[in-house]
Amino acid sequence: MLKSLTLSAALLIGTAAATWAQDPQSGGTLNFVAPYGSSFGTLDIHSTPATQDEFPAKAIHRSLYDWNSAEGKPELELATNVEVSDDGKVFTYTLRDAKFHDGKELTAGDIIYSYQRIAHPDNAFPGARYVSGVVGIDEFVDGSADSISGLKAIDDKTLEISYKEPVAEPGYELMRVNAAIYPEGAAEAADFQTSPVGLGPFKFVENIPGSRITVEKFEDFYEDGKPYLDKINIVLLDDASARDVAFRNQEIDVSVLGPSQYVAYQADDALKDNILEVAEVYTRHVGFNPDYEPFQKKEVRQAINHAINTDLIIERLVKNKAYRATGWLPISSPAYNKDAVPYAYDVEKAKQLLADAGYEDGIEFEITATQNESWGLTIVEAIIPMLADAGIRVTAKPVEASVLAEVVPAGDHQAFMWSNVSGPDPYATMKCFYSETTRAACNYWAFDNAEFDAVFDEATAEADPAKKTALLSQANDIVQEEAPSWFFNYNKAVMAYQPWLHGLQQNATELAIQNYEDLWIDDTAPDSRK
Amino acid sequence: MLRFTIRRLLQMIPTIFAVALLIFVIFSVIPGSFASSLMSDGRTNADPETLARINAEFGLDKPVHVRFGEYIVGLVQFDLGTSFRFREPVTEVIGDRVWASLKLSVAAMVFAIVVGVPLGFIAALRPGSILDTATMVGAVSGLSMPQFWLGLLLMYFFALQLGWLPSFGYGGGDPLYLILPAITLGVTPLALLARTTRAGVLEIMNEDFIRTAHSKGMSNARVVRWHLMRNVMVLVVTTIGLQFGSMMGQAVVIEKLFAWPGIGLLLVDSVAIRDIPVVQGTILVIVVWFLVINTFVDIIYAAIDPRIKQT
Repeated sequence: MLKSLTLSAALLIGTAAATWAQDPQSGGTLNFVAPYGSSFGTLDIHSTPATQDEFPAKAIHRSLYDWNSAEGKPELELATNVEVSDDGKVFTYTLRDAKFHDGKELTAGDIIYSYQRIAHPDNAFPGARYVSGVVGIDEFVDGSADSISGLKAIDDKTLEISYKEPVAEPGYELMRVNAAIYPEGAAEAADFQTSPVGLGPFKFVENIPGSRITVEKFEDFYEDGKPYLDKINIVLLDDASARDVAFRNQEIDVSVLGPSQYVAYQADDALKDNILEVAEVYTRHVGFNPDYEPFQKKEVRQAINHAINTDLIIERLVKNKAYRATGWLPISSPAYNKDAVPYAYDVEKAKQLLADAGYEDGIEFEITATQNESWGLTIVEAIIPMLADAGIRVTAKPVEASVLAEVVPAGDHQAFMWSNVSGPDPYATMKCFYSETTRAACNYWAFDNAEFDAVFDEATAEADPAKKTALLSQANDIVQEEAPSWFFNYNKAVMAYQPWLHGLQQNATELAIQNYEDLWIDDTAPDSRK
Repeated sequence: MLRFTIRRLLQMIPTIFAVALLIFVIFSVIPGSFASSLMSDGRTNADPETLARINAEFGLDKPVHVRFGEYIVGLVQFDLGTSFRFREPVTEVIGDRVWASLKLSVAAMVFAIVVGVPLGFIAALRPGSILDTATMVGAVSGLSMPQFWLGLLLMYFFALQLGWLPSFGYGGGDPLYLILPAITLGVTPLALLARTTRAGVLEIMNEDFIRTAHSKGMSNARVVRWHLMRNVMVLVVTTIGLQFGSMMGQAVVIEKLFAWPGIGLLLVDSVAIRDIPVVQGTILVIVVWFLVINTFVDIIYAAIDPRIKQT
């Protein structure tokens, strides 16, 4: 009896302890890593599209919408409610009670100020396209209007945004970190770039250029009880080897892993249980330029897809840190076709398709690519012998990343290898294949297909989100069939984290960018974090 | 001495101008731009209108000769332009980083001098001894081992295994953070200084004036202090000057490995994203640093050996 009671008590205590261990704890310091470069750029997040600059901005700022990683869709962040007009063009937001770090209350005026600043032609900010669909934007940009007429403050807490066309989900654009809301007029202050003010869960404290940015808890953050952490040091560490040593030495709390480290961490008993993975919204591929005559034939493009043993490359070179691509839209896209089957590795079929296209003797072309280990020359070198088996002779042309981004939109290549954003918004993604989208915008394949255009037009006019998604899925199937690219893989982002860190989110838009207010550390953290 | 110093300083001006021209021309003709670099990771699809506006905002739509004219006019007023990425004056961007680079370079050089020169002396005074052999083996290893690899080894032992030192970062100026990068950067000049000092001492010890000094009954200590040291120092100062001058350039790899916020790291990042004003400014600072150090070395030569002033 006593034994039974003791056992029950122990189980109860154990259960209680387990429950307690899962309850978020407040306090502590997090050493978070920004791995995409050796410096942060400007702290004026409106002016930069760099992922690296989002690390501090995500702590300091907030946008009208935010990405819900668990549900895989945008959700309201600075508003408690939105009403949409029947035609899907007018969105009326009821703003939440929120304070900026300087104590000012959030109003509709702040949002209008921020969007007009982003769109102002003198500023040349990359986020201008987020509001390019708003009524009155053209007049604002050409200088004939002082403000964007489609942005209206009904009162301090009610904002109305009117679009030129029906919009299924404005959140895809307005959730961007570089569409953050600033206090009205604040960005004109001389010290704003060096001491930014926002609505985020953490206040800016210190920037040691080239080393780290430190932020501390904002006590008046609008979510009760959050953030949990007292302080975050966002440290710069882009060298993978150094990051590995620092992570194992417990100097940093997270580390983004490349293919080699992914294998090593999976094989290490001390590390393998603390690895976070997600299918990110990036598609790696080799795009074909239809200006090069052989690529005008669908059979040729399909032949290349059949001639490459994609699974083997993903296994041997990418170390399974990727998901095999079927078409363009990635696994995490709401319009991804789960029943789609990738092109099978079939050399004989590839040869037959080439013969059908009139290229019995094969073809030859050049792939422009960078040194990137996951979607660059390493992969190109691997596919060269595979394509040779089907009679396709390929040479590699190495270029720098910024050069690739110049030659591809200009069409100055025969084929290119790149990793391109393919989500989370399936509409914006598929619009890149629309014939009216220019190559310079994002139609890098100069894709021009009447069937696709018809389906896309239908999706554009469709106000019902579910029907729109189904049409976009259908459009993606057409792209897969037309094979404007060799569909290689969708990125599997992998991040290792220390066992005392909790609350990480599987963010498919960019795993390394986290909502810091949800993160917390437990009692097992080293003293330096307490 | 003053005239000599002024003459050397004036000689720097055409060199700086030539370097400025060279950097400008190179970065005007190579492909890739700041606007294209914004979408180089494929995470952003920037619309052409925005890219055009970015180019216009930074004056990249102007002809090359106009941009060069503006650059030179700015340069003579110590205005290096505005960083495309940071959107701050380049002088401020570099100013934020230059002290970290100076600190690292000075610490590495002090380490190299304090260890390398005495080692070279001791090895030369006992040629063929175990110490001499060990010093030279160490020197050859130091010269041949890639700095990147050495840095990783030091990180592994002193940070990961022993836990004595942090493996990366600046630590807000905490000297502990300086130790590993300074040692890594200092090993190559240390090895070079040890070998140079040893070779110089051995050569001078066989000179007639040393034998004469000994035959006059002068003690070993006095011979070393009055005759040997003075002559060897010309050689050692030359090596120190060349190494110290080029150290900011060499530090690029070390700064990247240890996430040390110096101008080397800034340069690498800025080249990748084509932040041309920062690239131009950073290279100019590295070149000016090299010229200043070498001018300073020339002045020290003149102090050590007055005959040099005449040449």
